Amino acid sequence: MHSYRTTSIQKVFTYTGLAGLAVLILAGFTISFFKSTGLILGLSLISTGVIGYTYSSYLGLPAGIKNNGVWYRSLTSRGIVAWVVGVVLTAFYVVLYFYPEYLEGIIRLFDPLSEGLSGKKASQWFVYGVLYTLAIVLFGIKFIKKYKHSKYQKYRTYSVIFFQTIFAFLIPEIMARLNGDLPYYDLKSIWPLNYYLFDSYQLDGFIQNGSLGTALLIFGILSTLIITPILTYKFGKRWYCSWVCGCGGLAETAGDPFRQLSDKSLRAWKLERWMIHLILVWVFISTVGVVYSYLLQTPDSYFIGPNSFLISVGLLFSLVVGLILWKRIDWLAKDARSSIIAISSIVILLLGFFFFSESDRVLFIPSYQIRSAYGFFIGSIFSGVIGTGFYPILGNRVWCRFGCPMAAILGIQQKLFSKFKISTNGGQCISCGNCSAYCEMGIDVRSYAQRQKPIKRASCVGCGICSEVCPRGVLRLES
Amino acid sequence: MDEKIVIIGNGVAGSTLALRLAEKGAASITLLSEESSYFFSRTALMYVYMGHLTKEQLEPFSRESWNQYPIQRIKARVLSISPEHQELSFRTSEGNEKQLSYDKLVIATGSKPAFYDWKGLEAKGVLGLYHLNDLEQLEEWAPNATTCPEAVVIGGGLIGIELCEMLLSRQIKTTLIIRENFFWSSHLPESDAQFVEKHIRSHHLNLIKEDELLEIRADENGRAASIQTKKGKTITCNLVGITTGVRPNIEFLKTSGLELDKGVLVDEYLKTSDSSIYAIGDCAQLRNPLPNRSAIEPVWYTGKLMGEILAQTFSGELISYNPGVWYNSAKFFDLEYQTYGKVSPKTLQPESEQHFHWETDDKAVTLSYDKTSEVFLGINTFGIRLNHKLVSHWIETAITIQEVIDRLEEAHFDPEFSNRHYKQIKHAFLQNH
Repeated sequence: MHSYRTTSIQKVFTYTGLAGLAVLILAGFTISFFKSTGLILGLSLISTGVIGYTYSSYLGLPAGIKNNGVWYRSLTSRGIVAWVVGVVLTAFYVVLYFYPEYLEGIIRLFDPLSEGLSGKKASQWFVYGVLYTLAIVLFGIKFIKKYKHSKYQKYRTYSVIFFQTIFAFLIPEIMARLNGDLPYYDLKSIWPLNYYLFDSYQLDGFIQNGSLGTALLIFGILSTLIITPILTYKFGKRWYCSWVCGCGGLAETAGDPFRQLSDKSLRAWKLERWMIHLILVWVFISTVGVVYSYLLQTPDSYFIGPNSFLISVGLLFSLVVGLILWKRIDWLAKDARSSIIAISSIVILLLGFFFFSESDRVLFIPSYQIRSAYGFFIGSIFSGVIGTGFYPILGNRVWCRFGCPMAAILGIQQKLFSKFKISTNGGQCISCGNCSAYCEMGIDVRSYAQRQKPIKRASCVGCGICSEVCPRGVLRLES
Repeated sequence: MDEKIVIIGNGVAGSTLALRLAEKGAASITLLSEESSYFFSRTALMYVYMGHLTKEQLEPFSRESWNQYPIQRIKARVLSISPEHQELSFRTSEGNEKQLSYDKLVIATGSKPAFYDWKGLEAKGVLGLYHLNDLEQLEEWAPNATTCPEAVVIGGGLIGIELCEMLLSRQIKTTLIIRENFFWSSHLPESDAQFVEKHIRSHHLNLIKEDELLEIRADENGRAASIQTKKGKTITCNLVGITTGVRPNIEFLKTSGLELDKGVLVDEYLKTSDSSIYAIGDCAQLRNPLPNRSAIEPVWYTGKLMGEILAQTFSGELISYNPGVWYNSAKFFDLEYQTYGKVSPKTLQPESEQHFHWETDDKAVTLSYDKTSEVFLGINTFGIRLNHKLVSHWIETAITIQEVIDRLEEAHFDPEFSNRHYKQIKHAFLQNH
């Protein structure tokens, strides 16, 4: 047997963390026994476990790459432990999304914390938010210790921890306390990742809340149309995907041990391009449909009517596609050109469908149904159950790579209109393969590096790990 | 290109040539290799043992991408070649002997570990680190610190230090024995060698300097049990790694009539003494080495470049081999090393070559320049990444050391937010200059 095994101190802390989870679950069932202390005890044990594991793993070790034994450990090489963790995580997501009643006891455990923050009783989403934030903070600390030699890695981890705790967690809770009717709004969650931003109840919520609500709505629209393209032009999609985003935040911290599991095959790359762009079309059409239907119901209430809305969307869309074809046609491979034309035609066709039928139906299906199907299949099943539940099997960025429509938009911007690229350093590459192996997005980085070509890929989230693990200093992220 | 091209060896030189030729539409390419069916990155063997990579991940080109080309591969050992009949004979892994004719033959058989005739080499657990098979041997004899509590590595070059890192990653107590007075001071100036030495010692490597292997002693089962050094030290160990360099793997050519020296002698077009036979990679020895470069350079990129150049030549565009300014890189545990141009070790340093060394706890540079003309000759960096093209350009255009010091930051290639030391370097240079 090899000797890359968990040390006894690491085991003690692993069990401590698991005991914390057990306390939460147990307290959920026998609430009377644990009520006041269960939450504190559970969360403290979890924190002690992760922090203790971190220090027992990295304290006193010289700064450098810590990948010894990755392919020998069960958890990180799709062994039995990985499958157990995967099944448990998946089960948790299934319960969370579809059977929250089983979490009732645990949810009540979080009431004091929730009441302290927003004044409201806890919901399953509050519990999830707390655990999610805690995971990013704790595993973020672990990540920082692991990559202590790299400022780039440290800074972007401080950043995701900050955006998760402040923007995703605290601000919405505090906003709810100040103004109970305002929709729950994580300012950094941008449409189309935040696919429910333009749902009718949300729009009502924004519009009925005066200038603050309207300001938030305008900020939401500007985020997608103005802020995002500018930042992506300057920095690449990494400003969002590996510095700000919550999904990315979890993937980079709790998901870091699984980055080597991403599929690097050409087949996976082809699948990725089709899936992510079709999902983008799906969320685009359903959002347009939902807003159109909202405007149809109250045609004269807003500055924009249903038809002028459709026309502006159609014009804006054509403008973007036209710009791509006009300015960047030479950058696109043959299959990319035909895909753009095919997909754009479908979109225009569907927009026309709305316009001429004067209904919000797409092929006789009402858009709210398309939207709720999206919420079910993509928002819940894909991003949660598969995206996170399958970390130990498919890698930590499955959602970001195959599913996230936000990543799709940022990817198009990055590939076609951005200063971001990964430069390769002359002839120093020895084709060792570390860069490709540890690319969480499944990019075959080596295939570029060994041909001395810069890497400009839509999917690259700019985590910078390829550059870290390169033993010859070949790769450099630039923007 | 309708000729029948046969390549012996599918390392980086042979494989690069085969792929380039296939891309150019060569009709008949045969690739022979005894070691492995597909090209793998030899330089990354260490990462498999350490668990960073799987064996499959060592392959720089997917099998899918290989299979789209009509390259015939034969897993066999070439026994001899006969230039007068344009034919070679080989033995397959099943043991059958066969003949193969060629129009053009390319020898790309690489190197093999250079073992000297020490006593006790036949003991079990004595190995080099070069072939795929060495990895299996290592897994057999040094799977963990229980089976193999102690190991000795002989020879402190780049492969030796890699082997030490590998063994230490499995908590095996490791001793490295080197001839030099400082680690790799045969290649590094003394200040650099000392700097690296400090780093490798911090990784708990036991370093014995200025000593050599005398003999290996085995236990009753024939397994290595201890070694004896020339200075009379006895070190108990369960594994002996021998990394005293490599030499061209050309024994099978002894009877071929080709002109051989240490390697297969080739001209600037990589042609051997026979007009239809070429040699590339580690096994090729240039008759007229270029200034500041060696006749045999067993490094990754020269093999790759030779493969690329020869592919051009075969497709009718005759190009002479010119690798440009010398460069290389390596990693000693966590310490990255890059070198460009000429920074001589003490023993080879001419009177005219001046060095300027600067270091902190974890970073160092040595710049070398001509004493009288102040022309920049080369640079070694430790823990600092520099832009290859720019630094090479500086050396090619013979700018002065002062200009390099002033412009060093332009060559910055460290990750974003990394500490920049260029001001301190400049300051230190001005104080000492």
